Amino acid sequence: MSYSVPEVPGQDIAADDAPRSSSTGWPLWEVFVRQRRGLSHVHAGSLHAADVETALQNARDVYTRREEGVSIWVVPSGEIHATDPYDADAMFEPFADKPYRHPTFYEIPDEVGYM
Amino acid sequence: MTQTTAGETRFQTTIDADDKVEPRDWMPEGYRHTLIRQIAQHAHSEVIGMQPESNWITRAPSLKRKAILIAKIQDEAGHGLYLYSAAETLGVSREDLVDQLHTGRQKYSSIFNYPTLTWADMGTIGWLVDGAAIVNQIMLQQTSYGPYSRAMVRNCKEESFHQRQGYEIMLTLSRGSAEQRALAQDALDRWWWPSLMMFGPPDSESTHTEQSMEWKIKRMTNDDLRQKFVDMTIPQAEYLGLTVPDPDLVWNVEREHYDFGDIDWDEFWTVIKGHGPMNRERIQHKVGAWEDGEWVREAAIAHSEKAAARAADTIDARGAA
Repeated sequence: MSYSVPEVPGQDIAADDAPRSSSTGWPLWEVFVRQRRGLSHVHAGSLHAADVETALQNARDVYTRREEGVSIWVVPSGEIHATDPYDADAMFEPFADKPYRHPTFYEIPDEVGYM
Repeated sequence: MTQTTAGETRFQTTIDADDKVEPRDWMPEGYRHTLIRQIAQHAHSEVIGMQPESNWITRAPSLKRKAILIAKIQDEAGHGLYLYSAAETLGVSREDLVDQLHTGRQKYSSIFNYPTLTWADMGTIGWLVDGAAIVNQIMLQQTSYGPYSRAMVRNCKEESFHQRQGYEIMLTLSRGSAEQRALAQDALDRWWWPSLMMFGPPDSESTHTEQSMEWKIKRMTNDDLRQKFVDMTIPQAEYLGLTVPDPDLVWNVEREHYDFGDIDWDEFWTVIKGHGPMNRERIQHKVGAWEDGEWVREAAIAHSEKAAARAADTIDARGAA
């Protein structure tokens, strides 16, 4: 269920919902689910739990209620290290100057057949 | 001329290309605030929405219906969790969100401030309330914020069961005794207008719609979504042999849409402002559950700290030996 709840005039909450940095509750975990054998674990979402055992149990209840997986990883969110989105262009631009990495760069005569 | 930063340009390019904005991208503060407010309200609605239904768990008419109702309510809890997680990617903590709900600074859908008086209400909620939710959430799968969009994809996969089980309850009642048919009609009479109000105020009075559409947070306006819901639902009501409580409802051949009567917006605002039939009880129950669970949250942390300390001692002991 859901919904679009309008703001009530005179109840501006903008100042209150400003981002806060710390959380005093249970730590945050990232959940990765292997959909079936032969596939990689894929990020499904996150959840809060006091320890690794309850994180795994909660992950089962939250992310695999309908046979979405056969294996779950949980990782403390703080342990995930990521590339900077602002460096993405420089980091992921190999095609522009290295087209020879791709098979279509090479011309093979039709007579040779599928390669 | 205003100075445009690299972040702003990148944000606008992403929006224009119908691409998704991700948590660590630069975004305007207004975009972040709008999303926090909207996603939090959506999450709160899922969580508060468990209350009107849990009212009927012990009185479900069969073991099958009881099991289904419990599964549906568990899904609502799950939907709340997907949404809180999406909101947290915007830099707000779970505790803050919960606190804002408990202190009335953030809202939830007005629909959950109505009481569930009969078993037929379980059917009507699944059919109409979840039906309305689906219309909104299908649109929100296309929202510009990645984590919100992914949460909606997950929600929508599960929501269809909710609507179908509700419609099936209505079907059973409407094919039953005269008393059962009367229950079904009574529930439709009470839930029809509040369901239409779920889409929010008319576009002419919706303060956020224009900006939200520009940012592609919303992809359709409140009135367009409401029209889509009415068009979908009327044939379903006719199939049940039930009558929607609106004397002005008529198929408009030119528009190829149903025309429907005026919504009582005074009622809507009264409920939003906290004066609906169940507002106080819903929040009291929610705060009570949170306070009753305090010792569990503390015990779980204490246990995890003890376990970690024990593990460290074992390592020390091995090191010493």
